[in-house]
Order: sequence, then structure tokens, then C-alpha cells
Amino acid sequence: MAALDDKAQDVSSEGDSKMVEMTSPEIDEKGKDEKAGGFIIVAFIVGLIVSLIIGWILFPKLLYSKKKQPIDFNHQVHTDSVEDGCESCHYFRDDGSFSGIPKLELCIECHEEVQGEDPEEQIFVEKYVSKGKEVPWLIYSKQPPCVYFSHAPHVKLAKMDCITCHGHIGESTHSRIYEKNRITGYSRDIWGKNIAGFKKHSWDRMKMDDCSECHVKNNVNQGSVQTQKGGCFVCHH
Amino acid sequence: MKIGRRCFLSLGIGALTGITVSPLPWKLMDDISIWTQNWPWTPVPSKGKVSYVNSTCALCPGRCGITARKIDNNLVKIEGMKKHPVNDGGICLLGLAGSQLLYSPLRVKSPLKRAGEKGKGKWQKISWDDAIAEVTKRLGELRSKGESHTVASISGSELGSLPELLKRLLTAYGSPNFMCMSSIWDNYELTINLMSGVKGLAGFDFESSDYVLSFGSGIVDGWGSSVHMFQANSKWRKKNVKVVQIEPRLSNTAAKSSEWIPVKPGTEGILALGIAYIIIWKSIYNKDFIDNYSVGFNNWKNFVLAEFNPDNVSKLTGVDKAVIDRLANEFANAKRPVAICGRGQGNRAGSLNDFMAVYALNGLVGNINQKGGVWIVPKPSYINWPEVKQDNLAAKGTGKERIDGAGSGKYAMTNHLLSRVPEIINSDKKYPIKALFVLNANPYYTMPNSDAAKKAFDKIPFVVSFSSYMDETSENADLILPNHNYLERYEDILATSGLKNSVIGLSRPVVDPQFDTMHTGDVIIRIAKEMGNSIADSFPWDSYASCLEETFGDKWENLNKNGYLIDEYEKNPQGKFTFSNEDIAALPSLAMIEPEGDDKTYPLILIPYDSMRLANGSIGNPPFATKTVEDTVLKEKDIFIEINPKTAKSFGLTEGKSANLSTPKGSVKVKIHLFDGIMPGLLAMPRGLGHFNNDRYLTGKGVNFNQLIGPVEDPASGHDAAWGIRARLAKV
Repeated sequence: MAALDDKAQDVSSEGDSKMVEMTSPEIDEKGKDEKAGGFIIVAFIVGLIVSLIIGWILFPKLLYSKKKQPIDFNHQVHTDSVEDGCESCHYFRDDGSFSGIPKLELCIECHEEVQGEDPEEQIFVEKYVSKGKEVPWLIYSKQPPCVYFSHAPHVKLAKMDCITCHGHIGESTHSRIYEKNRITGYSRDIWGKNIAGFKKHSWDRMKMDDCSECHVKNNVNQGSVQTQKGGCFVCHH
Repeated sequence: MKIGRRCFLSLGIGALTGITVSPLPWKLMDDISIWTQNWPWTPVPSKGKVSYVNSTCALCPGRCGITARKIDNNLVKIEGMKKHPVNDGGICLLGLAGSQLLYSPLRVKSPLKRAGEKGKGKWQKISWDDAIAEVTKRLGELRSKGESHTVASISGSELGSLPELLKRLLTAYGSPNFMCMSSIWDNYELTINLMSGVKGLAGFDFESSDYVLSFGSGIVDGWGSSVHMFQANSKWRKKNVKVVQIEPRLSNTAAKSSEWIPVKPGTEGILALGIAYIIIWKSIYNKDFIDNYSVGFNNWKNFVLAEFNPDNVSKLTGVDKAVIDRLANEFANAKRPVAICGRGQGNRAGSLNDFMAVYALNGLVGNINQKGGVWIVPKPSYINWPEVKQDNLAAKGTGKERIDGAGSGKYAMTNHLLSRVPEIINSDKKYPIKALFVLNANPYYTMPNSDAAKKAFDKIPFVVSFSSYMDETSENADLILPNHNYLERYEDILATSGLKNSVIGLSRPVVDPQFDTMHTGDVIIRIAKEMGNSIADSFPWDSYASCLEETFGDKWENLNKNGYLIDEYEKNPQGKFTFSNEDIAALPSLAMIEPEGDDKTYPLILIPYDSMRLANGSIGNPPFATKTVEDTVLKEKDIFIEINPKTAKSFGLTEGKSANLSTPKGSVKVKIHLFDGIMPGLLAMPRGLGHFNNDRYLTGKGVNFNQLIGPVEDPASGHDAAWGIRARLAKV
């Protein structure tokens, strides 16, 4: 800039009109540069903000579709009226496998006819019980088939509480909206509600790292039975 | 304001920075990787309640006990039933693949009535009521015209309540023509009847045998009850029991045996008598047995000594004299030797002479009803239904001669001669057949000279198939009344093939019927009820289920609990062992069964071979099994025939080359597989390929051997005694 000023002074001695003529493009250039620099920064910021909005707000909205459970299920009412807590309905079969969401057969034991005044129960009896049709529940905790997970060693051997992984679902009075990942088809619960993957509770996420975290913390032997070495096929088919 | 290039770049960089510090790329990457692992065509094991159902496999005459593993109401795996007397936990490839038959696209989903021309695949869905009415209408018309004897049936087996019900329907209705597919076990039965003078089935105490002389029996290729035989073979290995396999081709059995003796095909019986010659000549036979428990030995001895000297036998069979001598010594000097015959899996009856020659060998060492030997097992006789009620029409109809000529005239001792039927129908020699019922059989595919068989059956105006599948027979039928698949129904099925104790197995529904099918037992009972009069009176049961339960009476509970019953009897029947007498028309002779065709036009001989990897009976090979078939047997759609490299060279053929194979019965295109394990001058082709109507995994692959061979009538029994056919190869 100093050099430019000197040059301007040199030129000014030759005549004002000329100076104006000479200087005006110089000033224009300078302003343009400043303006363009501003635009560049603005463009950067615009790009940044827009993409941040896309990445943090729009993307999660687009990624998940929202689905309602076929019946609005009240866990609390059920846990209050059964004796064995969660295991009354989510029980272990004789061979040690876990029953998961109960089949209609079990529901019918109590709900062959409408018991209470809840309209959801009425829908359940009319639509499913009387027709002998299984309820197409949407499973929040469903893992891909390549993941080998067995409830028995966790619940029976390690004496883990259902809450550790499933949260306080047993106290819920309504079924949450099921957010289905449009790409994978699995529930949002697996990745976690927080799109960045941060969690506050142990049940907030159920990705491989979360299994691992707990296993490492509790010093669980993660080796294969045969080799005692860790390997993908210990947990994956 | 103008947005320049730099602005634009900056915008991009900003966007990139923003995206990078947002979860989008990382989450997307994770989701896409999960998505790639969950493509819809990736098979996923279903989750649910695991349960097991014990049942009996009905896919071959072996009748293994099976344990079906289910997840909820889906069958996911079939395993061998542990501790089962037939197969003790073992299972074969076909049995294992049974789930693919249950869920096969080939299943017939409801009763179907032909809508277009025969065999053109045009069908009209009809209700069960209409289907049964259609049958009773046809049967009623024929009966009222006094033509009840023109109704025939073909059954895969004659044992068990379901074939008995069909037979009963024909008897009550008025037809003698209940026919079964015959096999080596018919010849064993005949031989026991002729030579031991008693009625019974052949069983073998293989577990205790210490020397096994097999005349072409595919011990590990599916002969007898296949899994039972595998297990017997393993025990022999452990105990160092010598197994000698005599056959022209190095089969799997020959390869696994202690010694393989290549023999000219068709001369196995002659070799057996050559061995008998040495045993007699050296007097190393069981004298106690011959003196005290046999008749006609001297006549037979003179006959054998006159004809079957080692020179003659060696020349005819191609087996060295020293080998014949050694085999005779080894066999006669073993403690508990046994000789068996029936080629390959034993699905073709074969020549009665061979069976008598081999049975005589067993007689020479006196191993009948002895440890390690041949056991005469009484036919299971648990079916004691009230006598069939016949009216005049029925009595008149059943009094007619059978279409196949079995049980009368020169074949008075034979029960079934189905292999003769196509020729009889085609030549209009007897009466025409006007209705045919097919149960657990697929004659359009399995009959020798299948083209002629098709021509004959196509002449029958009313063919009813009870098959669960759209197989070759269903495709050409007029009405399909689909039975439940064997994994959906109750049925007593008997394991008799070569077992020392017959086992009555119970097929049980593993899953609910998947389609609108009906148990053929119920269909038969309903047909009888609707026909009325004495026919209805002959069927006092409400349903097949009640018939079955009533049949077993107090044994039902046990049978239903365990899935099988071992047939109990007081003792094994035994008469004097008859080496020869005047009643036995089938005296052994040096004249072997000649293959069809003249040796000038057809210089080679084509023989079939059986494999555990290729089901060759009424059931088409399931895809699991077909996947195991080697590239040297079937490659894409081409079938390979085995040929000795020397023979191939003389025809200028090399490995993998195409050639035209012709026999007097047909001509097909094949590929060449050079194999040192086959005798020069022979060609070998696997059975079980060349289905023209099966699922897309099997149809059009390879060639049906039955298309290339015709039946050769055994002069003594009338059964199909063909073991091969003359053939010609030409380069393409």
C-alpha cells in the first residue's frame, strides 16, 4: 500500500485531473479486492453453516422415517400386574434361547377378551387376537443378523439388569415413535438418538463399540473358545 | 455483485468443512456398510422357538429316522435320529436336503384338472370335492360297463398302510392291477421262496460278518438302507473285515473296498458259480449244513462241476483263474462270510439266476439265519384289516388276468411285473388300461425305455397322480390329487431293505400342510365312501388317521412316541436249503442275460451307475445335492460318460469332447470323461439326470439313462434283468 501511495503522490504532481483519472481505477481495484475477500469469507461461512445445518439437522431428519407401533403398548400397566417382572413376558425358553417380544399365544392367555377400557386394547383384540394374527411389532433393539448376541450369558451368567441395555422401557406408558433408518432398516436406537453418537446412559447406543466398552471394562474374555484369541467370528456370523 | 470463481471455491470449502465436522459422512459410511451386509437375497437364519420333531424319511427305501429342527413353524434342518435302529444319527445327502422338497417350487398347491392337451402344462384349479367327484364318476362309468379290471395303479412300494389302502380300493372295486416298482428285493424274496422254501424278506447281519463278497452291490453308493450300509462299512474298516467288490467299474464302493475285481458286466452270476465250483471241488463247504439242512445238493454239484470250471468261467468273466481260486478259499474259510448281489442301489430287479447263484454260495458256507450271514425275515404283518367286501362285479374284475402277467402262467411266483406293461399296452396284446392311479412313483421318468413308457401311459385316458410335486408323471396326468409332502403327513413306512430286523417307521407331520393338499389315505377312503355299496363297506374308517391308529391298536402309543417300532416275530422262518429240485425252473446256466443290440452296429456296452449325490428314483435331485455333483459328471447342462482312455483313443476322443451316443433305444449328445477305472469297451452313465419336468435347478440337465435302455425280460421271473445295453459312439 505504501508503494501505491508513493506512486499516487508522484502522479499527483502532474495534474489533478490526471490524478483522478489515474487513481480511480486503483481505488476501485482496492475496494473490489476487499469486497471480494469479504464475499469469499461470507461464501465460506454460508457453505459452512448450510452444510452444518444439513449434516446436523436435515440429515438426521431425512435419514429416519417415523413409524408408529401397531398398538400403543403400556409397559407399566403390564409390569404392575405380572409377578416376575420383565421375565413374565420376555422369558427364556427351556433351551436357553430368549423369547424376545412375546407371540400372540402368550398375550391371549389374558387378552382373549377385552379386559379394560383402553381403546388400544380393544383394537388389539379385534384386529389381532380374534383373527389369530401376530402383531407386527417394530423392534427397537433389533440387531443385524450377522451379529451373534445371546441374552443368556448376559442375563443369567453376568446377572445384568434389563435396564443396562434397554433403559427404563418397562416403566413406559406409551410406545415411542419408531425411527427407522432408511438405509439400513434398523431402529435409530442402535446408533443412538444423538446423531453424533454421544451417550449419557449405557442404553443410549448399541453399536459394536458399546458392546466392547462394557466387555473391556468388565474384563470379559472376548477370545474364541478354541483359540482363546479375539476375532471377528466370536460375535459375528 | 458477482460471485467469482474464488467465492465459489470458498463456498465449497466451507461446505466441505461443515460436512466433515457434521456426523453425515461418518454415519452414512456406517449405514452403507450395514446396508451391504443385509441385502435381501442374503440368507438369514430365522429366529424363534426351536423345536424338534422325530419322523421317518420317505425319500428312498432306506427309511432312516430323522429329527427335524424347526424354528417356530418352519423346518430349517433335517438330521439323522440318534439311536434309531436303521441309521443311528446318520443321514444321507438326499435326506438332508428334504427341506428343499417341502418348500420346493415344484409343489402342487391344489387339486388340478388338465385343461389343455396332455403334457402341455395347462391346468385348471378345482376343489377337492370336484376332484373326488371326477374320480368316482370315471370309476363308476367303467364299472358299470364291466370294465373295472381296466383300472390300474402303480405304487412305489407295496408295504405299509397307504399302498394297502390303494390295493384294497382296487380289490373292492374290481381290479387285479395293483402294480409296484420292482427292485432287487423282489428277486431276493423269490430266491428265498425257491431255495429256502419259505416266505420272507432278505436281511443281513452285516455287523457280525467277517468277509464280504459283493457282486456289484453299491455298499456305499446307496444299496439297501444306505446310511445303515455306510455305518456297516465303517465298522468293517475298523475291524479289518475284508470287503471284495466285484464289478466292471471302479465305483465309490469298489474304491473303498479291500479289493476290487473288475468283471465283464452281466457275468457276475457266472463268477459266483465259478467260485462255487472251487469250493465244491476242494470240499471246503460247510458239510454239516449241506448234509443236515439242504436238499438237492448232489444234482446241483454235478451240474456246477460240469459247467463252471475255472477255464470256462475265467474266459467268460475276464477274472483270472488264480483270483477265482483265492476268492473261493477266502470265502469258504472265513468264519462268518456273506455274499450279496443286486447291482448299484438295487433299483432294477436283475436276473434271478444271479441271485440264486449268490444265494447258493451263502448256502455252501451254511450262513443262512446265522451270525454274520443272510437272515430270512418275515414280512411285517401288522395290517390285519377286516376282509375286503366284494360284490359280483368286483369278484369278476379281480378274477381277470393281470395286465403285467404276474402271478399266473410262467411268472406264477412273481408279484409285480410293471416293466412289462408299456410293451403290452403299446402292442395292444391284452385289454386296454382306461384309468391309472400313481402313488409315490414317477414312472414317466423311472421306467426303462421311458419314451415307450410315456407312449403307453399317454394312451390311458385317465391318469391320476397323487404326487406332491409337478414331476414328469404329474405333468402328463389328467388329474393331480396332491398328497401332503412326507414332512406334512402321518404314514407308516417300512424299512426292510436288507435289514436283519424290519423297522416300522412313522412319518409324522413336521409342519402343517403348506398348501391345499390332502392325505392320499383320506382321498382313497373318500373315493370308496362315495362309490358306495360294498366298496364303501370295505372301508370302515372315518379318516386315514383313525385307520392308522386302529391298525396299530395298542402299539400305536409306542410308535407315536418313539417314531418307530422294531417288527417283532417269534423266529426267522427257515426251510431246507434247496440247491436244486424240479420246481426250480430257473436252473443256473452259462447263458447270461445278453444286452440288447447287435455288436456290429453297437460295438460298445453302456452301463449305468448309481451315486449318493444323484437321486434316481421318483424324487428328483434337490438343489443341495445337485451342487455336489462333480464337473466330470455334469457340467452346466452336459452329461459326461465314463470311458477307458484306451477305448476313447480308438474312437479318436479326448477328455471333454462331445460325442453322439446311440443305443437301440435312443441317441443323445454326451461329453467324454476319460476314466482308468472302467473296463475297456464299456461306457458308464450316471442315473438320475435328464429330468424333463422338475424345478429349474434340475430340468434339462444331462440325459435320463432310462431313455437309452429297454427292459430285458428275465426268462425265469419276468422281471427286468437288463444290466446294460449295446451302444455306439460317434465324434461330433
